[in-house]
Amino acid sequence: MSARENQRQKLLTRRAALLAGGQAVLGGALAVRMYQLQILEKDKYAVMAEENRINMRLLAPPRGKILDRFGVALADNRPNYRVVVVPEQAGNLDGTVAAIGKLIDISEADHRRIQRDALRKHAFVPLVVRANLSWEEMARIEVAMPELPGVAIEQGLIRDYPYGTGASHMLGYVAAVSEKELTGDPLLELPDFRIGKNGVEKAQDMQLRGGAGTSQVEVNAFGRVVREIATTPGQPGRDIVLGVDMALQEFVVRRCSVEASLSCVVLDALTGDVLALVSSPSFDPTQFSTGLTPALWQELSTDPRNPLTDKAIAGVYPPGSTFKPVVALAALEAGAMTPDSTVSCPGYFSLGNATFHCWRKEGHGAMRLHDGIKKSCDVYFYETARRVGIDRIAAMARKLGFGSPVGLDIPGERGGTIPDRERQLALTGVAWQPGETLIAGIGQGAVTGTPLQLATMAARLVTGRAVVPRLLRPEGRLIPEVNQPASAFAELGVNPRWLALVLDGMNAVVNEQGGTAYAARITDPAMAMGGKSGTSQVRRISQAEREHGIRKGTAVPWKERDHALFVSFAPVSAPRYVCAVVVEHGGETGGGGSAVAAPICRDVLLETQRRDPARRVPQPEVAEVAPSAPPQPATRSDARRG
Amino acid sequence: MTSFSSDIGQRRLTLADKVRGVQWGLVILIAAISGIGFAMLYSAANGSLQPWAARQMTRFAIAFIPMILVAVIDIRHWFRAAYWIYGVALLLVIAVDLRGFVGMGAQRWIDLGFIQLQPSEIMTIGLVLALARYFHCVPTENIGRVSRLIPPVFLILIPAALVLKQPDLGTALLLLASGAILCFLGGVRIRMFVLAAVGAGVAAPIAWRMLRDYQKTRLYTFLDPEQDPLGAGYHITQSKIALGSGGLFGKGFLLGTQTHLSFLPEKQTDFIFTIIAEEFGLVGGLILLALFIMVIGYGFAIAMRSRSLFGRLLGLGIAANFFLYAFINTAMVMGLIPVVGVPLPLISYGGTAMITMMLGFGLLMNVGVHRDVRIGRRGESELG
Repeated sequence: MSARENQRQKLLTRRAALLAGGQAVLGGALAVRMYQLQILEKDKYAVMAEENRINMRLLAPPRGKILDRFGVALADNRPNYRVVVVPEQAGNLDGTVAAIGKLIDISEADHRRIQRDALRKHAFVPLVVRANLSWEEMARIEVAMPELPGVAIEQGLIRDYPYGTGASHMLGYVAAVSEKELTGDPLLELPDFRIGKNGVEKAQDMQLRGGAGTSQVEVNAFGRVVREIATTPGQPGRDIVLGVDMALQEFVVRRCSVEASLSCVVLDALTGDVLALVSSPSFDPTQFSTGLTPALWQELSTDPRNPLTDKAIAGVYPPGSTFKPVVALAALEAGAMTPDSTVSCPGYFSLGNATFHCWRKEGHGAMRLHDGIKKSCDVYFYETARRVGIDRIAAMARKLGFGSPVGLDIPGERGGTIPDRERQLALTGVAWQPGETLIAGIGQGAVTGTPLQLATMAARLVTGRAVVPRLLRPEGRLIPEVNQPASAFAELGVNPRWLALVLDGMNAVVNEQGGTAYAARITDPAMAMGGKSGTSQVRRISQAEREHGIRKGTAVPWKERDHALFVSFAPVSAPRYVCAVVVEHGGETGGGGSAVAAPICRDVLLETQRRDPARRVPQPEVAEVAPSAPPQPATRSDARRG
Repeated sequence: MTSFSSDIGQRRLTLADKVRGVQWGLVILIAAISGIGFAMLYSAANGSLQPWAARQMTRFAIAFIPMILVAVIDIRHWFRAAYWIYGVALLLVIAVDLRGFVGMGAQRWIDLGFIQLQPSEIMTIGLVLALARYFHCVPTENIGRVSRLIPPVFLILIPAALVLKQPDLGTALLLLASGAILCFLGGVRIRMFVLAAVGAGVAAPIAWRMLRDYQKTRLYTFLDPEQDPLGAGYHITQSKIALGSGGLFGKGFLLGTQTHLSFLPEKQTDFIFTIIAEEFGLVGGLILLALFIMVIGYGFAIAMRSRSLFGRLLGLGIAANFFLYAFINTAMVMGLIPVVGVPLPLISYGGTAMITMMLGFGLLMNVGVHRDVRIGRRGESELG
């Protein structure tokens, strides 16, 4: 072995020793590190191990409020208290639930749900024993809590409608998300999440809903929440402002409660704001968010008066004589009639070998436009309709809002029907008969519309513009209105002279002796209303009945009685507010529109003008107190058929 | 069967001599460490042989016979085959790189059906063999020449770069480190290492740009793991919690909470040390480290008793390689170095790592068995 080889051998040995030394140092570092982690910092890591895991949780944002035009909350959130039990802390779950059951009522369904959840969920997950606790129930449990291990009271938010049945149809309600409505948004999968199912709650759901917040929680090795690390608050839902004046709405609800089944629409004709929208009877939407009982659901859904339907926008009725302004306007526009054209009313009208009756058997004598509207002479309008023809009547009706939904900003609106020749042929295959034009001329037969359409018609008549009613206020609330603003709606394109003549006739209906609704007039000239009554038949009057006397009022079953309608505007001098009322089946007494519906319109329009919500500069602290007792309905002694 | 018998001058080693010459103490140490590994895999599966422990035991059994075979084949055959083995391993690495390129996305293995072969792990052995042969052949008087340094630098850098591209930062670093150790042992001047270190310092910014985002994030999170406890720092934080909560004696076999509750997604592979440390505490961890040190010490002892430079370098290289694996893995788990994907040798679940490690030990034993065989420049025997 050469010296060089030997030298290299030594070098290798030296370096191998260095390498071993280096490895020993590194190995020692490992040992020191282990000592540091496992002995010196053991307590810190032992605690961290106990409280390990970090979880993200979704927080439901509070739903936006729905406010009236003055900022009064119509839909709000209130705390909802529920009693929960943590099975592993309770030890004996059945015993604990039984103990709670002695303090508050727990239904059979709740028992089944607790049993099911107890099997499915971890023992540390709180089970809801019962939600919607009253204060008293809560107090009873709070007192007994020391003897009930694992029992706690949790607070959630629940949708609350302070006015109960007062505005239920326009607001709609919220309920649990159904399988079909899941969009993949994790927010919708939260167990307590509610979405709007009808009315404004549904139409504005995305605005009201808001955005989810997140909460980072530390969970220990068993998934139990140890503490909250960071919270990103959700984006609360936006508040929605309606044009409704809730105090007026409440007044209307009370005024309407005297009749079995009716609807009432009050509009600001200039802006289209819905000031009140009432369909009676109603339901309490709060019951929908707390969970409806099957019995209550059964009651609501089988009631012949349809409390679940918003009859103001989805009730479709023959408009009867309230349709006559449309016919008159169509004739004037077409030149088929002049204001001075005279029609003689002998009490009936013959066309071919058919006879059409006027509501006044004795006849009205010579009739011109003014008296035709004022006395609601059927023969005058048979002749007017015959001259102008169905197609031009239909065109004018559509121009004034009939025939299709007017476009209110909540779902559920219906359009009614306006017949014409083409439509009739396409639909039935049978040609339009001239007699049908006469029937349409008095708002019967195939002609139908909703109370909202009637109110829209009135708003369009008084403004001459294509007013579209709306519930939402795009500008928000509390707008002081100094000057009368110009209406933003387009001109209808109807000669203002004809409009003025028709409105003059409607003025006469209420304010002239002999007008069909003279008994329901407003005596204060500054607030006087104009209007048109209507009584629409639900059944056909047979020849036998005509001969032996028509059965009246209570002699007819409720479902077969005529509907009573009234369309009105006020003040006559400068119309701003319009009101339409439809009393299904003529109300309790089976009287006509002028006897039953007109007094309601009078009281509502009087109250509306007193409050004058369109012009009033609202005070920041609104504490409107509506009249404590509903005014007595007007006497019906001089009721006339309209 | 000439391969299994060797002439050493007048003395002739028969197969029986060789089998007797195998360092059975080392074999027992390896079996003991592997046994700890089986127990930990059993625990990682919440007290079940499936899916890891049973398969790992099968692999150990399968690899055991080849390990002994490798030990008894004449060392000169290994000497002659050294570059070939390196070449085949390099081709496999290239094949994986190409397939990863074609198939889009990182793939580090070749599927052989019964095993997913990771060529980069085979490369670690191939590199040690090739460098040992190279330095064996360089005449002592020439070792100081810079030109003599060019081949080993390429032998190291080519596979390291290819593995880095896979991307497998851990194994690439391991190749670099083990190559540097062999150069150091082979007699390369210290100033060359200083030069290389300076060069690396200059090249570091360029290398930084070549790193993948996740690799950069890992380096960042190494510096401050608490910064992002839900993201990339999760592993380090969780493994520190598991280790730290183990304490002096641990929580007991199968009683670890952290590792069993799936806080660590790779508990059966790279983070298996946390199970040992959590369930057996500082004592268990130190016992395992002591076993590792004994294996390395055994390796050094075997290597230094070899009469050939090739044998010494091969033995030291294998031992150093084993050390690097064990150190990088445990230091990473303890939060001393960034998280790089390197398994804990003999313990982590994984086929190639197990088999490569066993074959490496086979070579180490081979050095011991053939300690008296002298090897010439071309692999012929020399009379001593």
